[in-house]
Amino acid sequence: MIALSDYLILSSIVFCIGLAGIFINRTNIIMILMCVELILAAVNTNFIAFSFYGSDLAGQIFVFFILTVAAAEVAIGLAILTLMYRNRGSIDIDVTNTLKG
Amino acid sequence: MEFTSILFYVFSLFFVGSSLVMITSRNTAKAALWLILTFFSAASLWLLLEAEFLAITLILIYVGAVMVLFMFVIKMLDTEASTLRAQFTRYLPLGIFVSLVVIVQMALVLNAGPFDLETVGLPDKHGPSYSNITAIAQQLYTIYVYPFELAAILLLIAIIAAITLVHRTQVNSKKQNITEQISVQAEDRMRFASFKKNSTKESK
Repeated sequence: MIALSDYLILSSIVFCIGLAGIFINRTNIIMILMCVELILAAVNTNFIAFSFYGSDLAGQIFVFFILTVAAAEVAIGLAILTLMYRNRGSIDIDVTNTLKG
Repeated sequence: MEFTSILFYVFSLFFVGSSLVMITSRNTAKAALWLILTFFSAASLWLLLEAEFLAITLILIYVGAVMVLFMFVIKMLDTEASTLRAQFTRYLPLGIFVSLVVIVQMALVLNAGPFDLETVGLPDKHGPSYSNITAIAQQLYTIYVYPFELAAILLLIAIIAAITLVHRTQVNSKKQNITEQISVQAEDRMRFASFKKNSTKESK
């Protein structure tokens, strides 16, 4: 049978893949946003696994709110991305160095 | 090996494999498609964990709305120029190192035994009349009703923020300029024109 630790290890592996994705694709903001979604999926799997094995629905409700916040975050993030492309003509992270002084 | 165990390993294979392909793919549109496969396998894993409502929600919201939004932005913006200049190999060793350290640490901690089957056993089986959606709704609309409404307000704020950020004011649209209307003087509205008497008679 599948134990809780299997789910936890699986979600930590996917979490680290998302983390490595941010390191690898650090110049492409869209890829960084998608890696953040990957990390959120891993964390949500963690929540649901604990909710199932602990017989407590609070974890699933927390995942529901995480999904809501993540959808709002993606909408605003992509809006900012569109604005950045309109103003600078590129979505390269190295172009956004206005605050560097 | 039980059938659910086989399903778990198959879905985990797709989950890990498609996310690996996603982070290493150079084309952002292809990466978005791989992320969709990742979400589908995550939803299948959630179905194994008897979270049916959230699995359907993940597919509906993430694959149906969020990833379509991603595809729109990827196709509208010129993403190829930035991916070509991406320094792929420069940060690859650092990323692999950090991920491996975290994975090994987590595996060591989790395999030590606090979460295995002897300590945390399988929960009791639900009867055939059990509904995950009903159980979630009973908690969501009673205990968590204020967070639920706060989430609605948050989504409203997100709508307003996204629209105000990207909305471009049209030049040729007909709209009121309030400051101009208030600060208007009588001379701006009425113009005295002087005509000669002869010229008006001739025109009739």
